[in-house]
Amino acid sequence: MTTRIDRRMAKLKSEGRPALVTYIMGGDPDYDTSLSVMKALPASGSDVIELGMPFSDPMADGPAIQAAGLRALKGGQTLARTLKMASEFRAGDDETPIVLMGYYNPIYIYGVDRFLADAKASGIDGLIVVDLPPEMDEELCIPALKAGVNFIRLATPTTDDKRLPKVLENTSGFVYYVSMTGITGSALADTAKVSAAVSRIKGHTALPVCVGFGVKTAEQARVIGASADGVVVGTAIVNAIANVLGPKGEKTADPAEAVATLVSGLAQGVRSARLAAAE
Amino acid sequence: MNKPAMPNSFRTGPDEQGMFGIFGGRFVAETLMPLILDLEEQWSHAKNDPEFKAELQNLSTHYAGRPSKLYFAEGLTKHLGGAKIYFKREDLNHTGSHKINNCLGQILLAKRMGKKRIIAETGAGQHGVASATVAARFGYPCVVYMGATDVARQSPNVFRMKLLGAEVRPVTSGHGTLKDAMNEALRDWVTNVEDTYYLIGTAAGPHPYPEMVRDFQSVIGSEARAQMLEQEGRLPDVIIAAVGGGSNAIGLFHPFLDDKDVRIIGIEAGGRGLDGVEHCASMNAGRPGVLHGNRTYLLQNADGQILDGHSISAGLDYPGVGPEHSWLRDSGRVEYVPILDDEALEAFQLTTRVEGIIPALESAHAIAHAMKIVPKMDKDQLVIVNLSGRGDKDVHTVAKMLGMEI
Repeated sequence: MTTRIDRRMAKLKSEGRPALVTYIMGGDPDYDTSLSVMKALPASGSDVIELGMPFSDPMADGPAIQAAGLRALKGGQTLARTLKMASEFRAGDDETPIVLMGYYNPIYIYGVDRFLADAKASGIDGLIVVDLPPEMDEELCIPALKAGVNFIRLATPTTDDKRLPKVLENTSGFVYYVSMTGITGSALADTAKVSAAVSRIKGHTALPVCVGFGVKTAEQARVIGASADGVVVGTAIVNAIANVLGPKGEKTADPAEAVATLVSGLAQGVRSARLAAAE
Repeated sequence: MNKPAMPNSFRTGPDEQGMFGIFGGRFVAETLMPLILDLEEQWSHAKNDPEFKAELQNLSTHYAGRPSKLYFAEGLTKHLGGAKIYFKREDLNHTGSHKINNCLGQILLAKRMGKKRIIAETGAGQHGVASATVAARFGYPCVVYMGATDVARQSPNVFRMKLLGAEVRPVTSGHGTLKDAMNEALRDWVTNVEDTYYLIGTAAGPHPYPEMVRDFQSVIGSEARAQMLEQEGRLPDVIIAAVGGGSNAIGLFHPFLDDKDVRIIGIEAGGRGLDGVEHCASMNAGRPGVLHGNRTYLLQNADGQILDGHSISAGLDYPGVGPEHSWLRDSGRVEYVPILDDEALEAFQLTTRVEGIIPALESAHAIAHAMKIVPKMDKDQLVIVNLSGRGDKDVHTVAKMLGMEI
C-alpha cells in the first residue's frame, strides 16, 4: 500500500532533491484565509503540507505557533473544520500530501475511529501527534496504520540508538527529525550535528528523514537539505501570516501572497541543496 | 450487568504502563520520553534504597518537622454539634503546607540523578515556595513558572520564592493560572533536558510522577491512620481532603483505600457553581481527556479544547486532576463533591474564629464539606479533615472578597 507521501517522496528521490515540507496552522487567522494560504502552497514550491490542528495547550510549541493556534480557535476553528479544509483543498489537488499535525486530545474527543474515517475521506495522508510516543501506540498509531494513514514519528536528539528502533517500528511515510531539544521556533541547531543525526537515523531505516524545528531561511533550508530528505518550515511561515495582521487582527496585506513569496524562496534553497552539496 | 468486579485492593496501581485503569499513561513528546523512562528507573531504585529512605526520613523529621499532628478540633466540633473533627496539621510543616513532603523526596532524587537545575510550576505558590526552599537547602538554581493571574493574587508567596533565591517567571498565556504555568514548565524541560529536573508539585503528569508524588505524600495518611488508632483506638468514619491536582488528597487517602469502612470524600472547587464554566470540578463536570502527559478527567469543550476554569483558591484552579483520582472516582471508592467559593470562604472565617487556625483556602474547601455532613453524624463518629496548608498567603484574597482594604 502506498500513500501520496510515499509516492511524492519516491518521485523527489528520483529527481535527486529533498522535499520542502511546509506547516500552516489550520484556520489561522480564519477558515477562508487559511484555505487560500493552503491552496497557494503547492504552486510556490511546497512538496508536502503539514496542516496544524489547533489546540488550547500546545506544550511543544513556541510563542509563534501558540499564537497562531489561539488565532485559529478564536476564528472558530475546530478539528471538524480542519478536516473540511483538507477536503476542500483536496478537491483541487489530488497529488500534494497532507499531514495533520497537533496534539492528541482533540482527536481523542472526536473519537479515534470516527476521526480516522473522516481523515481518510478528507484526503489526509499522514498524522504527526506530538504527545503520542511509541509507548502509547495502541491509542492511535496502530489504528491509523490499519486505516491506511501514515503515522509519522518524531525522532529527537534524546532518541539514542537503543531507543531508535522502538521509535521507528510503527513509523511510516517519513521520519521527522527534530533538530534540537526544544520547542518550535527556537534557533537552529548546529547543522553539522543535524547532518550526523540524519545519517545515524538512516542507518536504522529506509524511510525518508525530514528535518524540522528552527529552519527559517532559504539558506538554512539549503544547508539542511544537503543531507536530509526533506526540510520542514513552520514558524517562519506562521510568522509571515502574523506579519500581515494588524493589532486587531485585520489584514494589512494578502497572507496567501506573503506566504507564497516566502515559500518560493525556501523552495529555491531546497532545490539548490544537492547542487551545492555536490560542488 | 457488566460492572467491573471490585478489585481486591485499591492500592496496587499503577500498572507497568503507568495506567490506573484507562487513566494516567505517558502522553509526552519524544524528546521527554527517554527522561521519563530514566526517571522511572531511578525512582524504582531509590524507593527501595535504605540510604535514600533514611536521608528522606531524617530531613522529614528535622527539617520539615514531621510527623505533623493529628489535632482534635474541639472548637469546631462543639460549634457544629456532631461527629468529632480532627485536623491533620500539614499547615504546621516547614513552608506551611504538605508540599514540602514531595519536594524533599524529589530533590533527593534530582541529586541522585546528577541534575544541575530545578524547575517547577506553581498555582497558589505553596509548591513554588517548597521547591525554592529545597533548592536553596541543596544549592540548586531554581526557576518557578507561575501564571500571571496567580502572581498577582499570591504576592506574599512570590516574594518568599524570590527571597529563597528562585527566579519566578510569570506566564501570561491562557488565563495565567496553573495550567499555563505547567505548559511553560514543560516547554522549559523539553528545551533543557540534559541538566534540568522538573519537580512536579501534584500527583499528575506523565508516569511515574503521579505514583511518585503519591508515595511521597502518603506519609500524611500513614501518620493520620496510626495517630487515630492511637488517640481514639479505631479508624475514622470519614476522611476529607480538597482536590486540585490532588496531591494532599491522594496522600491522605491512599493508606485508607483498603479500609472498606472508611468513607473517603474528595472536594473539588465548585467556584461560582457547576452550571457555568466558573469552577474547577473536573470530575463532576468534565470528561476524560489527555493533557500534561496523562489521561484524566478534564474541563473541556466539545472540540477537546481545555477550559480555564475558576476557583477562589489558586491551588485548586486547575482544569484537570491526578489520574488516580479519576480512577478512584470511576471505581466508586472515593466520592468527589464540589464546594462553592462562598462556602469555602465561610469555612475559612469560621475555622479562624473558633479554632484560632487560619486555613489555606484550599483546605477551607474540605472544612466546608465537613461543616455540611458533621452535624448529621453521631457524636461518637470520627472525621479527619486534611488541613493541607496555612492561610496566611490568602489573607489578601479573602480581604478583597469581604470588601476590606488591608
